[in-house]
Amino acid sequence: MLLGLAPLFWLFMNIGFDRLGANPIQAIHFYLGDWSLRFLCLSLAINPLLKITDWKWIVSYRRMIGLFTCFYATLHVLNYLAVDHALMWQTIGRDIIESPYIIMGMIAYLIILPMGITSTKAWQKRLGHKWKTLHRFIYLAAVTAVIHYFWHLKGNLAEPLLYALIIAMLLGFRVLLWWRTKQIRLVVSAGNNS
Amino acid sequence: MLIKTKQEILASEITAPEVFKNRRTLIKAGIATLTLGAGLIPELSEAIDQSTPVKEAKLTPTPLKYIRNYTNYYEFSYNKEGSTDLAQKLTTDPWSVEISGAAEKPGLYHLEDLLRQNPSQERVYRFRCVEAWAMVIPWLGFPLADLLKRVQPTSKARFVEFTSVLKPEIMPNANSKSMLAWPYKEALRIDEAMHPLTFLATGMYGETLAKQNGAPLRLVVPWKYGFKNIKAIVKIHLSENQPISSWTQAAPEEYGFYANVNPDVSHPRWSQRSERVLASGFFTPRKHTELFNGYAEQVAALYANMDLKRYF
Repeated sequence: MLLGLAPLFWLFMNIGFDRLGANPIQAIHFYLGDWSLRFLCLSLAINPLLKITDWKWIVSYRRMIGLFTCFYATLHVLNYLAVDHALMWQTIGRDIIESPYIIMGMIAYLIILPMGITSTKAWQKRLGHKWKTLHRFIYLAAVTAVIHYFWHLKGNLAEPLLYALIIAMLLGFRVLLWWRTKQIRLVVSAGNNS
Repeated sequence: MLIKTKQEILASEITAPEVFKNRRTLIKAGIATLTLGAGLIPELSEAIDQSTPVKEAKLTPTPLKYIRNYTNYYEFSYNKEGSTDLAQKLTTDPWSVEISGAAEKPGLYHLEDLLRQNPSQERVYRFRCVEAWAMVIPWLGFPLADLLKRVQPTSKARFVEFTSVLKPEIMPNANSKSMLAWPYKEALRIDEAMHPLTFLATGMYGETLAKQNGAPLRLVVPWKYGFKNIKAIVKIHLSENQPISSWTQAAPEEYGFYANVNPDVSHPRWSQRSERVLASGFFTPRKHTELFNGYAEQVAALYANMDLKRYF
């Protein structure tokens, strides 16, 4: 819990000591976006890690990590709306309509936010099997978040490429697993038929 | 000494917009105060006249420390603060500019000669980056037209192409071809180049230009996006055919030849409707971007009858 708040503490330190350079609003924005994406990658890494290492205890951290993804994404969005645009809704509206990269980010956030809200046991019970479907949308959120990152940049794509690679690996692992299970099932059913 | 006093006044105006609105009064008060002490009026009033060639009474320069640590000098670094230290390795003295192509007097021009021939003027211009941030910069330098008139363009000179210095041994990113094909190149149509607002900067805030800001000689075209303002110019070529700028070459659908600031023409991936003015505080609304960055009155005629959406 405290570890997840450390980036926020560090950000406040940097704001307090005026260490964010010439464009602090943008610096805050990138920082919050980066941390949201890092937590998102971390939450996606839990399942593969579990499958590889059999460390069952890590599953108990997944919800917390997911909530931090949502927390930093919310701050990222609030920074855009309030700190940068000072809640000038007309400007914001046009900015969103004319900026495909923001639309991508918005898709990601509109998935992450309901996931955060429905992360409690009560919601899990209430939604039943729909809960799992809803939370599977995280894969789409991960992809749109990375596109959002790519599309706002002018030239140097090293950083979003790194995230794209990590997310591709984490999603690829799931595809591989799904494919292997399917193969095994096929083999088993073929064995049963003969 | 004088310049330093002026700088301090400006810096204090930046923090409080109410104070800034009374700038004229403040300057007058400053003049009055100074007159009491010494007979400095002629010099001071001259400096003020020079700084306002286009009646930019409302512009408040961005603090120098921000301008100096927020540059896109990709040959050195992809990070805006990263080029501050790296660019110091560039040797800017002696410096010469090769002028070639459709001109009566092509040749190698030494910067010190150019500076001697073209007395320094101050121009306080808005600067708008294609990334949607903006600043106000008090440049020192001389109009590009003054230099071009000296080399006498021929009737075949329809475009002016500029080339940046390329020193792979000190420029970490100039070796990789990951972003742009180096050296950096930019170009203007001859009428844009001859426009009185088009400027060659050699200084800023009363001082010599910092290396990360494009020393010793850079282009300033205030109605175009920042990337047109090529840094550390070593070559100027006058040509009949339209040259291809570095960014246009890299992404033609995103960065056109003209790159005029225009809120109605979005970048394919982001809006150009508003801009973040550096040093404007938190919770301060963004500025609405103006057509031709607010210089429409002076430059719109250059693009009469042109479809600005097509020629972006």
